[in-house]
Amino acid sequence: MTRPLLSRIAETLYWIGRYVERADDTARLLDVSVHRMLDEPETCRSIFAVLGLSPVASVSAPAVIRRLAYDLDEPASIAASIQSARDSARGVREVLASEVWECLNVTWHHLSALESQPPHAYLSFVRERAALFFGLADTSMSRDDCWRFIVLGRSLERVDMTTRLLAVHLDSDWRLLLQASGADESFTRTHGARDGEVLEFLLLDRLFPRSVVYSLLTAEKCLRALAPDTTRAGVADSAQAAIGRVRAGLEYADLNELRDRLPELLGILQEACAAAGEAIAKRFFQHREAMAWVGA
Amino acid sequence: MADIFDKYVMAEAWDEMFERAGVPRPQYQALFAALQPLGVRELRSRADQLARMFTDRGVTFDYAGVERPFPLDLIPRIIDAAEWDLVTRGVRQRIRALEAFLDDVYGGHQVFHDGVVPWRLLHSSPHYHREAHGWRPPNGVRVHVGGTDLIRDERGALHVLEDNVRTPSGVSYVLENRLAMTRTLPTLFSEQFVRPVEEYPARLLAALRAAAPAGVSDPTVVLLTPGVYNAAYFEHALLARLMGVELVEGRDLVCEGNRLYMVTTYGRRPVHVVYRRVDDDYLDPLHFRGDSVLGCPGLVNAARLGNVTIANGVGNGVADDKLVYTYVPDLIGYYLGESPLLPNVETYRLDDPDVRDDVLARAGELVLKPVDGAGGKGIVIGPVATDEQLAVVRRAVRDDPRGWIAQRPVLLSTSPTLIGEWPVPRHIDLRPFAVNDGEDVWLLPGGLTRVALPEGELVVNSSRGGGSKDTWVLGETPAAAIPAAVAPPAAQWSPSRTAAWEDEQ
Repeated sequence: MTRPLLSRIAETLYWIGRYVERADDTARLLDVSVHRMLDEPETCRSIFAVLGLSPVASVSAPAVIRRLAYDLDEPASIAASIQSARDSARGVREVLASEVWECLNVTWHHLSALESQPPHAYLSFVRERAALFFGLADTSMSRDDCWRFIVLGRSLERVDMTTRLLAVHLDSDWRLLLQASGADESFTRTHGARDGEVLEFLLLDRLFPRSVVYSLLTAEKCLRALAPDTTRAGVADSAQAAIGRVRAGLEYADLNELRDRLPELLGILQEACAAAGEAIAKRFFQHREAMAWVGA
Repeated sequence: MADIFDKYVMAEAWDEMFERAGVPRPQYQALFAALQPLGVRELRSRADQLARMFTDRGVTFDYAGVERPFPLDLIPRIIDAAEWDLVTRGVRQRIRALEAFLDDVYGGHQVFHDGVVPWRLLHSSPHYHREAHGWRPPNGVRVHVGGTDLIRDERGALHVLEDNVRTPSGVSYVLENRLAMTRTLPTLFSEQFVRPVEEYPARLLAALRAAAPAGVSDPTVVLLTPGVYNAAYFEHALLARLMGVELVEGRDLVCEGNRLYMVTTYGRRPVHVVYRRVDDDYLDPLHFRGDSVLGCPGLVNAARLGNVTIANGVGNGVADDKLVYTYVPDLIGYYLGESPLLPNVETYRLDDPDVRDDVLARAGELVLKPVDGAGGKGIVIGPVATDEQLAVVRRAVRDDPRGWIAQRPVLLSTSPTLIGEWPVPRHIDLRPFAVNDGEDVWLLPGGLTRVALPEGELVVNSSRGGGSKDTWVLGETPAAAIPAAVAPPAAQWSPSRTAAWEDEQ
């Protein structure tokens, strides 16, 4: 029996998981795109599209890096994600292991100093720190609800980022797609250095931890533990239902049609993620009703 | 290279470490011997290491909305066993007297009927809350945690500067300082037995559990914080983590049917003991400030009915009013029949017109303090004040004599403190922490030594650029530990290489 968790803390942990994953994914995306951006202005535009930002008329590689990595006023930037994760963690220090908090705090302190270095140094630092954060959480936290909310946030963010990446780079270079998902080496060991089956790998692979299906399964597992189902038929929890439905749809999709149905599938995935996010907020993050009190 | 203390010039005040130039006091001899051979650069690099560890761990306090590290000085402050015994007995005595006084204030008022303390002092106290009248907490304890500020005067004698029985803070720095010191300068600890401080969270939790409402055998304790923007937020988070209790904000709590609950992912869960770090004024908008969103409406009623315990008690402020401070020696005699073990600093009450006129005439030689100022706020130190400041404070005292006390300026003792490259004397004080579980008042061995970093500064507060020092209480060496059983060595394996070579030939 894990002990009940304050709603405020559950919500904060969920968002820490999302922010750290987002910083990590954005860093990967920028890292593999940096050298391409120099000669292909198209790359810059598509990066903005992945992150859901309105495209800018003319962009240079340094300007893109500045906005998406260093700019604290840009909510989608790496620096802003790290800052949000760190500030959130500061508000729930008592439930995090002190090493886990320290990891985020140190990352936040060191980040701005790295802006003067080549982008790769900055980006790889962010990725290392994200790995350290999840590694420390993995080895120091009990598998209780605190842990589950972090993993839930991370899994949903991962699905979200991978779907965005696929949506924008539909017909693009497969190698870039794999690298931006941190999947290239694992893919090569599984399928050899070929172009086929990249979609299957990123969407459907059951063993690769960054694939969409794997992340959905993880999220489902967390939700099932957070809200055990007692009904005999159906799934009462709407977040679990939304994720389960889209996961089953993906897993049983006809591999031959995958390529053609991709835009449709990605749309469904995005919707399911949004629906699950809302359902989670409604079920677990309820707040005390706003106080209606007129001071005497 | 010169040894680090060679350039140390003692100030006018009592020096904690040195009897006279180059001769350390007995309790400091081992430390002196261990530090002296370290070069200046070694010392500096250790100090930088300490500072970095504090930044990394987020050991900060918030001042004017900005997170700042709380500087820790490398050179500890040492108290020998005999003196600590005096401090323990003295502080315990004071806490017991204040508990008895509070019980009387919110009960029979005997101390006023007997003329020991004047009635007007009660009715003019801004922290006397009628809401708390006739409300006796479950195990009778109102001061679950107390912080008594001590200073050492020019002749080396300890005095009580003030009592804090509302929400004394600073204990987290005691815990973090020790951790940082043992990591940075482990060798210093091998020379002598320094009493550990890590017991505090367990003691505090035990005291809070002991204060639970009647009939609750396994109480749920929470720590109520005003939130991340509070100056002491770091401390709230640390204590909650070390005690393993929830750190809640007002918005996490809800009262219904005079019972208190917290809002969790599994719905509402009952709460029995609230260790609040929120002032009375903000605790419950139904009774105190109506515009407060830091507390929880209904909390005070739930507590009055005995369904939840608030620690420290509501209305404790009446006991750490600085005008009541002047009566504490009398209270010790009245309630305990003892004479005070730790004296007060010589203090003047300004409600007597003759005393007031005398004090106002000599304002330039005295220290004037507002009775409910915390953290050195509003204090005017006569000898260093400008004419303008003195004029302002004279007017303030005339307007509200009840709101002020005057004290003899005490030149606080100094301790060698690393500023730049060399140790120089800086003024310090001491705040020991006492935990009252209803059976016994326990003192954390050590307490917080605050140091005023600017030269000559006498207000040792973090908001005035203060830092702190690890505070060592020397004790008897504990009995040798039983040697641990020896486990079998770990399994080993290394890859075999020969087979692969054969294949590739």
